[in-house]
Amino acid sequence: MSAPCFIVAVGLPGLPALASQTAESHWFIHLTYIVAAASFILALKWLSDPKTARRAVWIGEVAMLLAVIGTLVSHEVIDYTWILVAFFVGAAIGVPLAVFMPMTAVPQRTALSHAFGSIAAALVGTAHYLTTANIGRFDMAALVLEMLLGFLTFTGSLMAFGKLQELLPGRPVTYKNQNVINLSILGLAVATGVVLVFLPEMTWLFPIFVALALVFGVALILPIGGADMPTVIALLNSYAGLSAALMGFVLKNKMLIVAGALDGSSGFILSVIMCRAMNRSFANVLFGAFGQISKAAKADDVYAGKVKSCTAQDVAMLLDNAQRVVIVPGYGMAVSQCQHVVHDLFDMLQQRGVEVEFGIHPVAGRMPGHMNVLLAEAEIPYDHLKELDEVNPTFRQTDVAIVLGANDVVNPLARTDPTSPIAGMPVLDVDKARSVVVIKRSLSPGFAGIPNPLFANDNTLMCFADGKKAVTDIIAAMKAV
Amino acid sequence: MEIESDILVFMLATFLGLEVIRRVSPLLHTPLMSLTNAISAISVVGAIVIAGQHYEPGTPYAALAKVLGVLAVALAFSNVVGGYLITDRMLKMFKRGPKPPKVATVQSQREGGK
Repeated sequence: MSAPCFIVAVGLPGLPALASQTAESHWFIHLTYIVAAASFILALKWLSDPKTARRAVWIGEVAMLLAVIGTLVSHEVIDYTWILVAFFVGAAIGVPLAVFMPMTAVPQRTALSHAFGSIAAALVGTAHYLTTANIGRFDMAALVLEMLLGFLTFTGSLMAFGKLQELLPGRPVTYKNQNVINLSILGLAVATGVVLVFLPEMTWLFPIFVALALVFGVALILPIGGADMPTVIALLNSYAGLSAALMGFVLKNKMLIVAGALDGSSGFILSVIMCRAMNRSFANVLFGAFGQISKAAKADDVYAGKVKSCTAQDVAMLLDNAQRVVIVPGYGMAVSQCQHVVHDLFDMLQQRGVEVEFGIHPVAGRMPGHMNVLLAEAEIPYDHLKELDEVNPTFRQTDVAIVLGANDVVNPLARTDPTSPIAGMPVLDVDKARSVVVIKRSLSPGFAGIPNPLFANDNTLMCFADGKKAVTDIIAAMKAV
Repeated sequence: MEIESDILVFMLATFLGLEVIRRVSPLLHTPLMSLTNAISAISVVGAIVIAGQHYEPGTPYAALAKVLGVLAVALAFSNVVGGYLITDRMLKMFKRGPKPPKVATVQSQREGGK
């Protein structure tokens, strides 16, 4: 909880007294920083298991509290008034964003907080640059990199926020020679940065450098489609962390380096996992403009005369005879916010002795782990949430697979058609289940922009409806059966 | 020497981070991201120094630097408070089922019955 943060705020008036004893507070500062660095590492270690995860938050708070107290009592800090004001303003922004945000909006909140974190690092870098004379070459290089990553992550994260909040179009925005233009902007930004390192007297270049970094952030995210957001959010997370680590280099603060490096590696790992889950490279995600509707795809050939639509009663009958059901949620579940009715369906099936599991694709939704959080919010026990590798071998023993607002992650073309844009992407093999029910509003393509032959299979029934309405109807029909 | 040890610390922390985070269950990827987001708000430490330090009279842009520092403290602190709060809120929701999963036994029974 934020209690430690408020203790800092409330305890502030007493701190100048401590700070005046500079000789004694010196060891105190080092001690707090060392303990904080160790605690951050422990926090991430404890987060690896749901059983210890809440302890991770607790020790993370302690670490942050120590680091902040250690800094406040350092002799460098002499003016507390505005810091106190900033704490209250920060808490006034942060608390509502955390407490009242619906779980379906977590990707947007995450993007926004990456923007806050990275611009904070960039502003610190800017202030340091403006006020410090004769910065060494290595420090200047770290500073330039800190500002470059900070500013580009700021505008990039704001763009990601806009796309996730649907203020901006979710499909990739492309124009002619986009990659050449984007790389030129980045090249120019780096070149200006290099000049600033070697010829620091050319201060007039600084505003140009900042502007180029800001523009590159926008240009980088424009061609990225909504479904690539899991990778991009993870990557922006990594940049924000690296920017904090670089600040550590500039300010000679090893605790900052450790915390920033941890964040940087976490974002990096997550984006690698996301790329692997789509069988695509970083370059393809960033520069591929993936997700434009493909003109080559002949939806009519795939679907014509073969798609069977069904009613809630049909699904209820299927479920009535089922012994094992696997539900595969996708972004559609988040859009229709139907996780709570899904929980009702889950309860009902369990009470009838049906074994129910959820098959979660790593990139389902708009950020890593998005589906798990939504289902956990709906109080579905996490031991029923299965990863792709765990659930795939069980589809042959599954009577009904319910695909709820997912599309490309269940497309069998990934296994069968080497020319498909999603060839080789690991998919959930729902087509191997005895029957498949697809709940989807229409036959419109998913992020890959290609038709899905699953919808035309003999054992597939299409339930054309909004997720929430469809599941509610199925529950009603099951009660009637 | 300072530079060398800084780079060493960065390198070791990165390797450690890669090893520790690789073990995080995909179940918790969203809380992981919000927790690391809170941790990276450690830049609040740098912002506090910029906002609260004494600038020698005549330092260029001292007033601007102070404004930027205060702004950075507010932004980073919103992530500190918000990041931990929402991570805890999410983790509170993850609950285990009442009984241990019996997937294997149910399957073997069914296969035996066929």
